[in-house]
Amino acid sequence: MTELYELTASEIARLIASGKATAEECVDSVIERIHAVERKVHAYITLDEEGARQKARQIDQRIKEKKPVGRLAGIVVAIKDNMCVQGTRTTCSSHMLENFIPPYDATVVERIKRADGIVIGKTNMDEFAMGTSTENSHFGPTYNPWDLTRVPGGSSGGSAAAVACGEAILALGSDTGGSVRCPASFCSIVGLKPTYGLVSRYGLIAYANSLEQIGPLAKTVEDCATLLTVIAGHDERDCTTANLGVKDYKSHLKKPILKVRVGVVKELFGEGTHEGVTKTVMRGVDTLEDITYGCEEISLPSLEYSLPAYYLIAMSEASSNLARYDGLRYGYRAPDESLEWDDTYSKTRKRGFGAEVRRRVILGSFALSAGYYDRYYVKALQVRTLVRRDFERAFSRFDVLVGPTMPLPPFKVGEKIKDPLELYMCDVDTVPVNLAGLPAISTPCGFFEGLPIGMQIIGRPFAEELILRVANAFEKSSRLEATSPPLR
Amino acid sequence: MPEPHEKRTRRITINEVEHAAVLAKIELAEDEKTQLTEQLDRMLDYFHKIDQIHLTDVPPTHHVIELVNVFRDDSPQRTLPRKKALSNASKVEGNFFKAPRIV
Repeated sequence: MTELYELTASEIARLIASGKATAEECVDSVIERIHAVERKVHAYITLDEEGARQKARQIDQRIKEKKPVGRLAGIVVAIKDNMCVQGTRTTCSSHMLENFIPPYDATVVERIKRADGIVIGKTNMDEFAMGTSTENSHFGPTYNPWDLTRVPGGSSGGSAAAVACGEAILALGSDTGGSVRCPASFCSIVGLKPTYGLVSRYGLIAYANSLEQIGPLAKTVEDCATLLTVIAGHDERDCTTANLGVKDYKSHLKKPILKVRVGVVKELFGEGTHEGVTKTVMRGVDTLEDITYGCEEISLPSLEYSLPAYYLIAMSEASSNLARYDGLRYGYRAPDESLEWDDTYSKTRKRGFGAEVRRRVILGSFALSAGYYDRYYVKALQVRTLVRRDFERAFSRFDVLVGPTMPLPPFKVGEKIKDPLELYMCDVDTVPVNLAGLPAISTPCGFFEGLPIGMQIIGRPFAEELILRVANAFEKSSRLEATSPPLR
Repeated sequence: MPEPHEKRTRRITINEVEHAAVLAKIELAEDEKTQLTEQLDRMLDYFHKIDQIHLTDVPPTHHVIELVNVFRDDSPQRTLPRKKALSNASKVEGNFFKAPRIV
């Protein structure tokens, strides 16, 4: 028998609407699943089972009284632990924020609650979203539900793993250089990084603000569209959000894509791409060839330089953003009472931040320091212009661009964590999109030797509707060997 | 500014890493300094890749959306109550955050 936790948000919504299931039953099913597998997967940092049950009972009561409910009524949603949930510990996977309890909700969380989504807990991630494997967490790593010896991808690894194995129906991640798409790819689910400015970052703990966006993670493209519809839109509290009105991303999913021209980006299959990835994604391209106007190769030469440019910009912005952690108003503070200002500050940050965060903040400070600013930071911003121009050129010929999400299948826990640079290299296919501020979705494309491989579909600014449509048609046409991990 | 294709010959020194750590206000242990210098040097070797393209006359992109000033009405909003604002601080005295000695 299919359990409720195995269903998609759309299926659950139909069951609840028709009275065949209650919100409480749906929440209980997910909680039971959490009790069964969380010990092995470690997707969560903080759980609020009682709060979730209470909210479910309120929704059931409203349904009984024939009062209207929101579009996420009874749907269990997990939130990456870098988004503020009022009254619930929000740690960023850092010792620095281990006991931080936000006094307010992030805009995305507020919108999920308003749509009657049930926030079940906060998911594990790389500390301050700096990582590609969810191994850089103060609370220990998350494991890939498809193979518990492997990483789930990062930095939103907890969110992706939770959705993949039924510990949540939907989840939110944040994507600064691939942190939604990478774990979606590694866990064989759907993850979308919206156009910069589509989703409010108010209440998202900042890492690199010119690059990051909050995005939905789900089992299907349709569910992804549902959650995007809930969270997208202008927010007065984030003045970088675009004012484009309200859209229902689900309503256009089934429109035909026969006229869509697909560009296959040569550089995304570059040197270092695993042959299993190339094979699997090229099979996906064959499927797209059948269902669209056609696929053609295109070269974006500047992508070769996007990884160093991305890291220089991200680290520089991080060094500035993370300067706020002084131990005064919130967060960890070195307890030594006798110390003076500078010593307290430096000790607080030495002990409060993990090794990767310290490394990036120090290198970022270096790149911004006198004598190096033009040499590194400004050059990286110039490369960013070239990347944007290359994408603009490509989009004059094509409607969407495709390639692998990740250059390799999920790797073993511990395999790459000791060499920071080797781990950075894994982001080579995801960072160009962040530099250019474009929307991109990672959708399951098949398996190589039992390991999930994702395909990335990139669109023009604010063309979420189109990439969701292409991903949806692809999902319906491609036959995957399995849809949920064999985890008991 | 170095010319394109110029090889990166100068290594980053421990002194430079120490200086960056001072700017970042992060204390470093002695053994950490050596390790970090090696790691950052390798990264800079890799980042050197962007020296290989001609960037003269290419304007920098600070932000992907062309932002002009965004205004809103200056209407008063409710602020955090004092107790809530202080609730996450590790040291509080009366109605104040307690800071370390400055002078």
